[in-house]
Amino acid sequence: MTKNKIIVLREGINSTFQDLGRDNFYHIGLPFSGAMDKRNYLIVNKLVGNQHNEAVIEFAYQGPLLKIEEGNINFAISGDVKFNIKKDDKLFNGQCYKTYFLSENDEIDIISTNKSVYGYFAVSGGFELNKNFGSFSTTVRANVGSNNGNKLSKNEKFLIKHIKNKNISKNIEYINSKVEYIRILKGTNFDYFSDESINDLTSKKFLVSKLSDRMGMRLQGSKIKNMKETNIRSEGLIKGVIQVPADGDPIIMLSDHGTIGGYPKIAVVISADYDKLIQTPPGNTVKFKLIELKEAENLYKLYQMETENLLNQI
Amino acid sequence: MIKNISNLGDASLYCNFGDKINQRINTNVIKYFKNIQKKKIKGIKNLTPSYNKLIISFDLDLTNFEDLKKKIEDINISDENEIKNQKTIKIPICCDDEHALDIDRLSLKLKLSKKDIFKKYLDKEYFCYMTGFVAGMPFLGDIDNKLRLERLETPRVKVPKGSVGITEQFANIYTFESPGGWNILGNTPLRIFDQKNETEPTLINPGDKVLFYQISKKEYLKFNDKK
Repeated sequence: MTKNKIIVLREGINSTFQDLGRDNFYHIGLPFSGAMDKRNYLIVNKLVGNQHNEAVIEFAYQGPLLKIEEGNINFAISGDVKFNIKKDDKLFNGQCYKTYFLSENDEIDIISTNKSVYGYFAVSGGFELNKNFGSFSTTVRANVGSNNGNKLSKNEKFLIKHIKNKNISKNIEYINSKVEYIRILKGTNFDYFSDESINDLTSKKFLVSKLSDRMGMRLQGSKIKNMKETNIRSEGLIKGVIQVPADGDPIIMLSDHGTIGGYPKIAVVISADYDKLIQTPPGNTVKFKLIELKEAENLYKLYQMETENLLNQI
Repeated sequence: MIKNISNLGDASLYCNFGDKINQRINTNVIKYFKNIQKKKIKGIKNLTPSYNKLIISFDLDLTNFEDLKKKIEDINISDENEIKNQKTIKIPICCDDEHALDIDRLSLKLKLSKKDIFKKYLDKEYFCYMTGFVAGMPFLGDIDNKLRLERLETPRVKVPKGSVGITEQFANIYTFESPGGWNILGNTPLRIFDQKNETEPTLINPGDKVLFYQISKKEYLKFNDKK
């Protein structure tokens, strides 16, 4: 039986294998990791007929250039992504949320994410990889995960498991919605900050800095003034926490964050808005709106229902 | 023993065990952590014990803040001040100039000779309050009163892997090369975090005791050859 194999001709800026992430290891310093945009991850796996926890390639800004070295693949890309396909030496633009069947020597050139950050590449059957601590997700900083905890690199080759159904042809209509506000809940040190700063946080725009990655998103805007203490005793963190160091510029903890931190927590992004937050590229702005816990719980239910509906259309 | 539980975002419980940092309060945190971990309560995804807090993250599809809060409040743990399965781990450390990156600063600021600093550091048994920030990094305490110093004014961009550092009442070991501002007084060749060992990836766990012993540069270089 011929193998299905791809080779990485260009690695892209931050291309890693991800799945739904890794539970139960915060106490040893390992964060969840996993796909940053959970909804797009779930959609792309379903499109190619995979289980919901199969590994996919996540890329940021510029994605990889991949070539089929042996066999065939069925793939799909999710997100807001510009990419080209070279099939039988003919070049054409690819569409997101649609499956394609390619053969030996064909290529996929993932050029860029449009007005967003992350995109996903899934193959039918999934990649042949090993799990580490129960998950395929890569945590580069701890060298944990499949591919020895590393990003994809040039000339690496990956095997793809046997394709059960060669001619899956699926697509859905989905537009990555933009939101006016990222909704937040009060953090555990909310009262450390001046009324004026709380007002700024919930009414002014904040610029997403270039120093943002899978670990954290740094913001710039009105300086957030701490009236009490600029350091707290180190304690646990979760993704979505907005910390404010002494310089007054907020940092939002993202999926690969350090598990312990010592800056005051002014607020936390609600679970329902996380996918949207992380798709905001550097140079764009975000606005925050303070809501209550019950509302956040209801918004999460709504978010889950929307995701289920989308998955059911596939 | 938990003073109060509040929410941290919509999918985590923030359990506060008191404002002070000492081994008694931290021992309570660790006992709760181990007890909850064993119970396998539905919906819990992660537990992060620290000096005086325990953060419990959960899956919003399976539970919610109010329900899980009740379950945690119902847990009854005796106030006996002991941790089960406590281990004592011995860590070799090389304190040659090339590894003791901040020994001159420590000597100057603490007004102690280099020899005195190493002696005071090596003479004590330490307690592991928590592990984290990066994988496997242990937060140890308490160091001798005379060794306490603030962090570097300008943190290093790269602290070498294996570096042993001190600040305030604490000591730690950098399990990966990373940025950091602790005062470095030596380096261990021992592997503290092993991602290939999935059952016991961390050598030092919360509640463990740690002793350091000095090794020469020769022993340091040969340390990993023995295996």
